Parts: sequence; structure tokens; C-alpha cells
Amino acid sequence: MVQPLSHQPETPSQTAGPYVHIGLMPTYAGNPGYYDEEIGVSPVAEGAQGQVIEIVGSVYDGTGWALRDALIESWQADSAGLFPGQDGADPAVSGHCRFAADAVTGEFTLRTVKPGPVPSRYGRAFAPHISLWIVARGINIGLQTRIYFEDEDNEGDPLLSRIEQRPRVNTLIAKKIGDGRYRFDIRLQG
Amino acid sequence: MTDLGPLIPRDREMHPEPYWPDYKTSVARSPHQPLLSLESGPSEETGPTFGHSRFGALDNNLILNWTKGAAPAVGERILMHGRVLDENNRPVPNTLVEIWQANAGGRYRHKKDTYLAPLDPNFGGCGRTLTDENGYYQFLTIRPGAYPWPNRGNDWRPMHIHVSVFGHSFGQRLITQMYFEGDPLIPLCPIAATIRNRSQLDRLVAPLDMARSRRLDFLAYKFDIVLRGRRQTMFENKLEGM
Ligand SMILES: [Fe+3]
Repeated sequence: MVQPLSHQPETPSQTAGPYVHIGLMPTYAGNPGYYDEEIGVSPVAEGAQGQVIEIVGSVYDGTGWALRDALIESWQADSAGLFPGQDGADPAVSGHCRFAADAVTGEFTLRTVKPGPVPSRYGRAFAPHISLWIVARGINIGLQTRIYFEDEDNEGDPLLSRIEQRPRVNTLIAKKIGDGRYRFDIRLQG
Repeated sequence: MTDLGPLIPRDREMHPEPYWPDYKTSVARSPHQPLLSLESGPSEETGPTFGHSRFGALDNNLILNWTKGAAPAVGERILMHGRVLDENNRPVPNTLVEIWQANAGGRYRHKKDTYLAPLDPNFGGCGRTLTDENGYYQFLTIRPGAYPWPNRGNDWRPMHIHVSVFGHSFGQRLITQMYFEGDPLIPLCPIAATIRNRSQLDRLVAPLDMARSRRLDFLAYKFDIVLRGRRQTMFENKLEGM
């Protein structure tokens, strides 16, 4: 025998299930008035610095069907690349948003400001990106991904440059569809 | 700001199988491509914080919060309590814990839930709270009923409460479910079975905690939650103050 490690494993995940919205987005779920102020209503407040952008997209399952029940959270830096809580960060950027696929069309919309490049621990900065976390019925552990932007310099990004296959890199880059508008589709398989 | 080091990589063996044919919805929704593995950076090591000011006095009381205190929900009254810790056994203070659940008959207040059991006019089914400075949290609620769901021929969910936790880093984000000690439906549930590591599944089963129950009022169940830790090391990072 050996001494036990003091480390303990993480609690296992379980699916958020079909009714996740009643817990996390009660107004969206049709139960308004539950809380005075809900969590993650907008990642930015009036007066946030930087370019206002809108990202639309859908989450597709392996059959090509857009999920109607996905819940997504985003987390991002401000336009200078600083996260809320860091010295000098924009006080009008909370950085966190909760949004859902539309129950009819399956399309989501995220309105925010474009984040700046984020310094990494080892030198090369991360290109501007928004982190996403996706949960739904049938997803047993929340899925993490990132939105990059096709009109930014993504060349030296430490994450993208680790991916060998160019087609996979492209799945992480939002397409520009208008002034300040982007499309970012998420495919759970393929 | 002190660099606490990268997050400890998630050990996927401790988590459910993403692809689990007995849970049919997972078949078309589990990733097919291999996951990308990356050491955590600022995007994963930072995370949102929520001030006390936004929370109402009844936010963590599901017996009363739907009616704003006017009338109590139907069901067995329970206290759900525990601590949020990290893998290094450090408490995670001031972090948001949110829960949602079915009512005592097994019915959710959700337009898609058409189960035969009636809605309870006095029960909404969700609550939230912040952990205290030692990582403790508690909810007063009713024990949710088991409910059937369309999957295989005759599948029932064991009694469970859905739990969402933030931690201090976006990379710690976790949603899980709390089950109840002694529920015979746990071993029959294809969603519980997605966790193949038996001792890990046991960690989702809350024991009856008579020491914390209150006579003539409620029973208590204890549910501790462990989030990812940070690989703090004195060889790569300066200690605070140096
Ligand atoms: Fe459920």
C-alpha cells in the first residue's frame, strides 16, 4: 500500500435534460417573475467599449437537425482582452451570457462586443474569441468550444495552430455575414 | 494577481460516456470527432461572478419561492445541503449553485412536460444560492417524484434534483444531478448508467442526514460537489508576495 493522495476526483456530470430552461432561464421557459434579476441576460451593459457584434447560428445533431432545446453560455474578454475582475477591465462588460436555441427555428443569437486578443501564459496571444459551453438533453457532459472570427488575424493562435486538419480549424471560425454580423454553426458530429 | 496555474485536466474516465445507446438521445448528440486537448488559459481560468445583491431572500427556498411566501408546496419537506470543493479539497466560496426539479408528483413546470401528474400551483421548481465563505450551500425544497420518460419500453427517472455550479473558472462549469439514498430506480436508469465508474455514480447519491434534519419539520440530504482544481506549483509560479 501507499499513502493516499489528498486529491479527490471531480463530481461526474449528468445531462442537463429537456427542462434545463426552467432552472437556468425561467423567463425563457415561460415562468417569468421568478427572480428579480436573472443570470446572464447580457454580456455587456450600456457604454461597453468596442465594436457591437451579433452572432447567429444553430446547433446541429448528427442527423442535420437543429436542436431546439440547446442552452448555451458564453464567456469572453472585453475589447482590450481583459476578463471581468482583472485590473483595468471594462466595468460595462460582465462577459457572461446565457442564450437558447429558438424553440421554433433552432437559431440562437448572441449580442455582445468583439473581444480583444488575450495574452497566454507562454507568450503568443490568443486571437479574439468567445468561449462557449453547450448543454442539452442527450449531452452527458457540457461541450466546450470557441468562436473565432474570420476577419481577425488567427494565424498565431495557440489553440488553432495545434489543429492539424484545416477543415476542423474552419469549424471554429465565425463567417462574416454583414456589418458586425457573423454566423457560427455548431455541429455535434462531423 | 497570483497565477494559480492551469486547471487540472478533466479526467474523462470519471464522467459519463457521451455516446450511450441505451440513452437514445445521446446517439445523435455525442461528438464523433476526437476532443481537442489544450492547457487551460485565461478563457478557462477566469469566470463570471455574481454579487449578493441580486439574490432574493426566498431564492433558495423552493417550498415558498414560487408563491413569494404565500403558500407552501406539496410534498415531503427536505433540506438539501453540502459544500462545493475543488479537487485539492479547497472550499469554493461565493459561487453560484442553481437547482431545478420536478414536483412531488414527478411533473415539471415546463410546457413540454405532459406527464399525468398534476402541477402544484404552489411549486415552481427552481432555486439558486451562493456558497458561503466556507463553500457551504443549502436549499429548502420538497422531494421530487420519480417520473416516466419516453426512451426504451418503460424507463423511469429516479428521484433527482438537477444541479448547476459555476466555480471560479469557466473551465469548472458543471451540471449534474443529485439522487437519493435507497432509491431502487437508480440501478435501472440509463442516464445514471452513462457513468460507468460505480464509485463515481455513488458520489451523486445523497445520504439521508438525520443530524441536519429538523424534528417535526424536514429531513436533510447531504450533497457535496467537487469541481476541477488548479495545478498550483511553487516551481513554475511565484508564490504570493515574492
Ligand atoms: Fe429531470
